[in-house]
Amino acid sequence: MADQHGRKWDRCVADTAIKTATGLGVGLVFSLLFFKRRTWPLFFGSGLGLGMGYANCQHDFRSPYLVHGRIVKEQ
Amino acid sequence: MLRICLRGANATALTELTQPSSMMEKEVNTPKAKSEKKVKEEAGTAKESSPVPALPAKSIREASAEATHVISAISEVQSVPAPCDTQAVVEECKECHDHKDKPVSAAVHPDEGALRERPVEELATKLAQQDQEEQDAVISISACLEDSLASSAKATLQAIGAQEAALQAITQHTKKLKEAMEAEALSDEKSVQWKDLETALADRTSAVNDAETTTLKANETLDSLRSVIDKFKGLKVSAVRPLILAAEENLHNMMVDLNKVVTKVQSAESEAKIVSQYTELVNEAKQQFQREVSSLTPEIQANWKGLTGKLSADDLNALIAHAHRRIDQLNRELAEQRVREQIHIDAALEQQKLEDQKVLEKAVKTNLQHIKEETRLEQEKKLAELREVMEAEMRTQLRRQAAAHTDHVRDVLKVQEQELKAEADQVLSSKMLELETRYRQLSQEQLDNFTLDMNSAYARLKGIEEAIDSHVVAEEEARKVHQLWLSVEALSYTLKTTNADAPTVPLEDAAQAVRESCQDNDFALALVSALPEESLQHGVYSEASLRARFNSLRYLVRRVALIDESHNSLYQYFLSYLQAALMFEAKQEAPPSLLAWEDLDTFKLLSYASYSLEHGDLELAAKLVNQLRGEARRLAQDWLTEVRLTLETRQIVSLLSAYANAVGLGTTQAQ
Repeated sequence: MADQHGRKWDRCVADTAIKTATGLGVGLVFSLLFFKRRTWPLFFGSGLGLGMGYANCQHDFRSPYLVHGRIVKEQ
Repeated sequence: MLRICLRGANATALTELTQPSSMMEKEVNTPKAKSEKKVKEEAGTAKESSPVPALPAKSIREASAEATHVISAISEVQSVPAPCDTQAVVEECKECHDHKDKPVSAAVHPDEGALRERPVEELATKLAQQDQEEQDAVISISACLEDSLASSAKATLQAIGAQEAALQAITQHTKKLKEAMEAEALSDEKSVQWKDLETALADRTSAVNDAETTTLKANETLDSLRSVIDKFKGLKVSAVRPLILAAEENLHNMMVDLNKVVTKVQSAESEAKIVSQYTELVNEAKQQFQREVSSLTPEIQANWKGLTGKLSADDLNALIAHAHRRIDQLNRELAEQRVREQIHIDAALEQQKLEDQKVLEKAVKTNLQHIKEETRLEQEKKLAELREVMEAEMRTQLRRQAAAHTDHVRDVLKVQEQELKAEADQVLSSKMLELETRYRQLSQEQLDNFTLDMNSAYARLKGIEEAIDSHVVAEEEARKVHQLWLSVEALSYTLKTTNADAPTVPLEDAAQAVRESCQDNDFALALVSALPEESLQHGVYSEASLRARFNSLRYLVRRVALIDESHNSLYQYFLSYLQAALMFEAKQEAPPSLLAWEDLDTFKLLSYASYSLEHGDLELAAKLVNQLRGEARRLAQDWLTEVRLTLETRQIVSLLSAYANAVGLGTTQAQ
């Protein structure tokens, strides 16, 4: 499990980086396309990406503790 | 004189010897009387009386000498043998004695032996011996008798021959004498005659002597024969009786013959005596006459018969006168004699009667004796015959009796045989029965013993087999256990086959081996089945690897020390990282025996675990690590499971090993 932890971190970091980069890129694209090369889509995108990555990372780390419940229809 | 000897040899009393001497005297007297008559008629008695008493004296002396001779020569005693006789007998019949003595003495010892030893066989042998002895005795006796008979016969024949010769000689001599006396021959013839007479006399004397000696010898032998016969009679051997009888008869005959011949010789001798006396008388007369003639005519010579032509007339006249005177004298004497004739004759007759009587008596006696002997011999013969007949009859009777006895004995024997056979059969059957029962018993015993032995052996065999089986079983068990042990050892060995981080080889094979080696061992099977699958499939990690992993795990766990179910955001992660960076705990800390609340801190736990790990106590480490909570726990879960797995496997293996060891110890025999 320890190496999985490491792998998790790797994934997390990689995922966050990608997301950030992707966000950045999308932001860039948006910025370029839609938002007349404003920088705020970049940051927004990177932030969006970072946030998503952070959330994923966290979710990934929390995943063992998450309880998946189901609603059982009452009869 | 010979008559005396013979008469004495007849074994009569001594009185007879004296009698013959008296007889002899009387005999001498009668011729003496005769001669007296003649002499008296011729001349005076003085001249004649002197030779006459000389004759009887001489005869008496001679007779006595003869008698003594006879007595000394012959033995009177019959039963007790005189030494000379015994010598003769012994010489003759030494064989008999020897023969008799030896068998007798030989018979004694076997007799004594017979008393000690079995009498039946000895008796038979003794009887045979006795028969043999008898036969030998008979043979010896017969031989003796024959010998003695032969010798006596020879002697008797010799004597008889000699006597006959003597008789002949005597008769010859007598005849010659008579002739010489009566013949009126010439002088030279007369001288020849006288010479012949002398030779005849010499012959006669020699013959008579020979006859005497031979007769003596014959008498001796006859007496010895008699004594032998008497002795043999005394022995009472029945078989020789006929022989004895025959011998006696022979003896008797010989004696009779001898006696006859002796009497003949005696008569001849008496005749000769008479004739000699007559010649003597004649000579005496002649001499007397010659003396007278010579006294008358002294010139004339003696031989006057031949001088008839030379005599003169005177001489003749004188001679005639003398002759006449002589004739007258003789006539006177004759008349006287005639007168006394009757008296003389009566006296002579009386004497003769007496002598005749005596002679008759003697003859009668001898004849009586002879007849007695003969009758006795006949009687004995008859007795012998009768005895034989009786013996034959007795023998037949005995034979009959013996036959009857044998028949009876045979019957009795048959009956006895049957009885004995029955008895023997019974005994045999009883013995057989006994033996059979014994045999059966013994065989049964033997069988029982055998069965017992067999049973015991079988039981032992069974026991042995069971033992062997159990042994086998035990050995099997032992083998199995050994196998188990080996497999367990292999298993435990496989636990050691770990490289640095790689796990061991999968324990599946070893476990399978163990499973195979303990097919019927539930405990082991249970244990083996309790082996975790992971270890079987993937093997277990070694302690060193786990230790190493723990070290790396420790850092990680330190970093997520604050993360648990509720605190698991990234911020918490950051914080826990910060804590890990800023927390400095002891690398290793000895865990206490009792864990308090504050000991449940991650870092402490980690140090405790590290310490225990370092000290080889994986279990404690696992226990301590098990106390981690949250993410630390989640992170250490892998390691924990691994450790658990390892611990489990190790436990099982150790259990198995212990079990195998225990079982192996139990089953392994110290060799």
